[in-house]
Amino acid sequence: MRLSDIEVGVVLPSREFSCDNRQLFLYNAVLFNAHRIHYDYGYATEVEGYADLVLAGPLIGDWLHQCIDSWVGEHGRLLSMEYSNRFAAYVDEVLTGNGSVVAIDTENKTAEVDLRIENANGDVIAPGKATVQLHG
Amino acid sequence: MNAEPTLELGDDVRSAIGRTAAPRTEVVTRRDIRKYSIATGQTERKYLDGDVAPAMFHLALFWDIVELDELMPDGVSVDTLLPKFPLEKAMAGGLELKYLKPIHPGDELTATRSLIDIYLKQGSKGPIIFYEVIMNVKDSNGDDVVWEKTTRLLR
Repeated sequence: MRLSDIEVGVVLPSREFSCDNRQLFLYNAVLFNAHRIHYDYGYATEVEGYADLVLAGPLIGDWLHQCIDSWVGEHGRLLSMEYSNRFAAYVDEVLTGNGSVVAIDTENKTAEVDLRIENANGDVIAPGKATVQLHG
Repeated sequence: MNAEPTLELGDDVRSAIGRTAAPRTEVVTRRDIRKYSIATGQTERKYLDGDVAPAMFHLALFWDIVELDELMPDGVSVDTLLPKFPLEKAMAGGLELKYLKPIHPGDELTATRSLIDIYLKQGSKGPIIFYEVIMNVKDSNGDDVVWEKTTRLLR
């Protein structure tokens, strides 16, 4: 894929993401994140009022990055990303990552991509925007 | 009907703007990259084998390591860069990231965090405090590797 191969409106391949409690444990262990909403069901639901164990916000952010990585591959590189965590997402929940090209800068060989991670209800859990540099 | 009391940010809070934490240096290992890649569900071999770090790996590399007595009952530690805020319920936040150089095993990286702004907005359910923290990650040559701005909301 080269910059000349894409145009505004091109849709990125959709990606499905889910995190079971083993992966949720590993992720928070890697971060050294002891926040109880991620592993203590009673605390998460009864004290903090969540529906289930909560996925860490940066994991959702990582998945937005993976949507770009899968699409760009070795044809370019990610220059920047911005995103926000709007709603909680939960263990075992199936989320979908989608995106589309919204601008192209031929001089700098960059493309701007709007991204989102959605849940099964269509709620946008995390919207994002990335800038990638593509060859040619 | 009683008017809601107005929240203001005192000097003790606002004076923290500009505060910078002591720089922290970490050496990247293939093992750490592999662990991060597996835990985030990466699919590309170069990440799973630890040849190069996926984006956001720096977040795990520089997550605060605190001792047990520094953890609060909810499992979160106090970020010493921040002042004591009059609101404490953390809400959703956002991140801006610029990727300037790839991260490989053996890299010695130094992160510097600064609190650059604190401000108040009136939300539909009451006041919201916003604060912004910038983290600059540089390699041992002084080259910029990652620039990150975190915006957090407190209600």
